[in-house]
Amino acid sequence: MLLRDVEYARPASVEDAVRLLSEFDGARALAGGQTLINVMKARAASPDVLVDLNDLDDLKGIELGSDGTLEIGAMATYTDVMTSAEARARPILGEVCAQIADVQVRNRGTIGGNVCSNDPTNHLPPLLVAVGATMTIVGAGEERSVPADEFFLGVYMTAAGPGELLTKITVPPGKSDGFASVTIGKEGTCIVNAAASLSDGSPRVAIGCVDAVPVLLQPSSSEASAVREAVRGASLMPPSDVHASADYRRHLAEVLAARAVTQASGGK
Amino acid sequence: MDVVSSKTITVEVNGARYEREVDARRLLIHFLRDDLDLTGSHIGCDTGNCGACSVLVDGTLVKSCMLLGIQADGAKIETVEGLAQDGRLTALQQSFSDHHALQCGYCTPGMLMSATALLRANPHPSELEIRHGIQGNICRCTGYVNIVEAIRAAAE
Repeated sequence: MLLRDVEYARPASVEDAVRLLSEFDGARALAGGQTLINVMKARAASPDVLVDLNDLDDLKGIELGSDGTLEIGAMATYTDVMTSAEARARPILGEVCAQIADVQVRNRGTIGGNVCSNDPTNHLPPLLVAVGATMTIVGAGEERSVPADEFFLGVYMTAAGPGELLTKITVPPGKSDGFASVTIGKEGTCIVNAAASLSDGSPRVAIGCVDAVPVLLQPSSSEASAVREAVRGASLMPPSDVHASADYRRHLAEVLAARAVTQASGGK
Repeated sequence: MDVVSSKTITVEVNGARYEREVDARRLLIHFLRDDLDLTGSHIGCDTGNCGACSVLVDGTLVKSCMLLGIQADGAKIETVEGLAQDGRLTALQQSFSDHHALQCGYCTPGMLMSATALLRANPHPSELEIRHGIQGNICRCTGYVNIVEAIRAAAE
């Protein structure tokens, strides 16, 4: 497919990237391109300038702090997370990345791209909300941190606004996590997904695909009945489409939330 | 910082060096097929699903319809044309032939590149690992059985 005419820049520093993104109204950051290039083909997005982030080696690292905190650069690919010895400190991250698309897409697609595109069917937004990640955003002259549950604002919209760049995702220490999904075909697009994380025994559950942003729930206990009750109490209004009715998605949300919590509790 | 709508890029494809001017909007697959006349890599779906355009860029398996040509500046690219040397097929290609791992052949260039990448990283994959390795490549003829068998046999 011939793309609409577009200009291109490949900055060598985060500062240059941010400057380009704020200098041009129609500029978009190009991370792995596994979503953006395709929506450009479909003319669903028509950026005037692509700011290619692939030379920003500072954003590709995965570092493990002495207290178990993980710092994942926004340009780390899914494959990087799956193969990183450091990322194994939080095994769920690699396990979920391994469920995304296929080898080629995982080699190229990035963690930052996944969350910044914020497609409601993506895997990582609910997961990062459940584990209590923090997103670092750099804009002109300033850096700020946003908790994951405040980062996702709407379909395809995040707290990283025009002229800003997500640079880093910080995941606190912990191992008691779970993730469950029902997909279109094996390991295809999620119909509903749910992530769970336990700290001090109390679960944080985030459900994806049922609203514009992940729905965060904090059930009173890890018992399946309590988890399901919390999901029912959220009065979800999920979309209805050819793959699943709203009622079925509501049902899946309960089942998958309970499964994710069971996995996080050490069950299967 | 330069913002450009086209650029002269240098790539090494299958060991040969090419220097070409390329528009920023040109996908890598079009650069390979139309500018370099390397038509072995196919365009199937052009939506990133089918894997017919799979090539190796600096040793990494990617779908060349989801990369811009301009992004490949300075890269070493391997395509299906680079597999056979002096008319001699690789063990994998010979195995595809021996095991009838293709019918119409449209997916084969991408399938071979995915299997090549898989066997480099994992010389003795299990059947499940083979199936995961070619998950990003769609074949509408074979039902995959003979493709999996060909890759397994080539690994031995």
